[in-house]
Amino acid sequence: MIFPYEIPLLLLLLITAAGAILVKDLMSAVLLLGSYSFFLALVWAGLGAVDVAFVEAVVGAGLGTVLFLLTLFGTAPKDTRLKRPPLSATTLVIFPLLGVLLLYAANDLPEFGNPNSPASVHISPTYLEQSYQDTHTMNVVTSVLMDYRSFDTMIETVVIFASGIACALLLRRHP
Amino acid sequence: MIRPHESAIVQALGYLIIPMVQIFGLYVLFFGQYGPGGGFVGGVILGTGMIISVLIFGHGASQSQISKKILHGDGVGMLIYAGVGGLCMIGGGEFLNYANLEIPGLETASRRSLGIVLTQIGVALDVAVTAVSIVFSLSAEEIIEDSING
Repeated sequence: MIFPYEIPLLLLLLITAAGAILVKDLMSAVLLLGSYSFFLALVWAGLGAVDVAFVEAVVGAGLGTVLFLLTLFGTAPKDTRLKRPPLSATTLVIFPLLGVLLLYAANDLPEFGNPNSPASVHISPTYLEQSYQDTHTMNVVTSVLMDYRSFDTMIETVVIFASGIACALLLRRHP
Repeated sequence: MIRPHESAIVQALGYLIIPMVQIFGLYVLFFGQYGPGGGFVGGVILGTGMIISVLIFGHGASQSQISKKILHGDGVGMLIYAGVGGLCMIGGGEFLNYANLEIPGLETASRRSLGIVLTQIGVALDVAVTAVSIVFSLSAEEIIEDSING
């Protein structure tokens, strides 16, 4: 089920993604990636995944763009001038084939919003029904992330912590 | 080192925007139980507020030692998160099973709600401090000098 307002959004997604790859200037590529994240956030919000849309808008469009820009300010112009080699014949054959394969496989995916799809019959109903009695938390996404799947979230926090440590170790010469 | 921005307009806007961003971050962090939001997004917004303040007022804006030391506490959020898990184990249950937090006068569901709030604060601290720490790493003076010289 595709809603009519999603088609222009998806087109804009394609245009910004292609633009970010094709544009010559790295600064423009960064800004195009930021707008790509905004459009993606709108798509998530349209599909009802508001939490994901929030994260995409804040992290992808906000923080990610700021970090990319700071990195660009730290580089000399000669590093950001792009030389793109012409596409090889293998690339031109393999990637369209891969796309066709993915489109072929997408036919077998369950329809969007289908109540009998495997994802919505396995354990999701239990979470949706039990979340409030179990945890007194109205947002089911939060209760799944922080309570039922708390260990996953803890390891994700470790990943973020490790990324910060790695940046500090690689980039700071004098601690 | 990031030096303070010279423009008075930017500084005045900073005084206006930074408190609003921080309050919005706290709101998102604690509203995560009732609507969209939560520890990760709230932490990123809090961190973004700190990044704005560093970009506008520079590294040396705050004289207090606490604010200088606290930005080096990357692991504090992790410690809070894992510490809540450890408290659950002390309470006699599994790791991160918030129902075993030993707080008298609370039923099981409220204990789990409290556990969610505490771990969200941990995630938010971790994410915010990591964001600021990455910005500090990226803006280290030596990188910029190196890339200009060679």
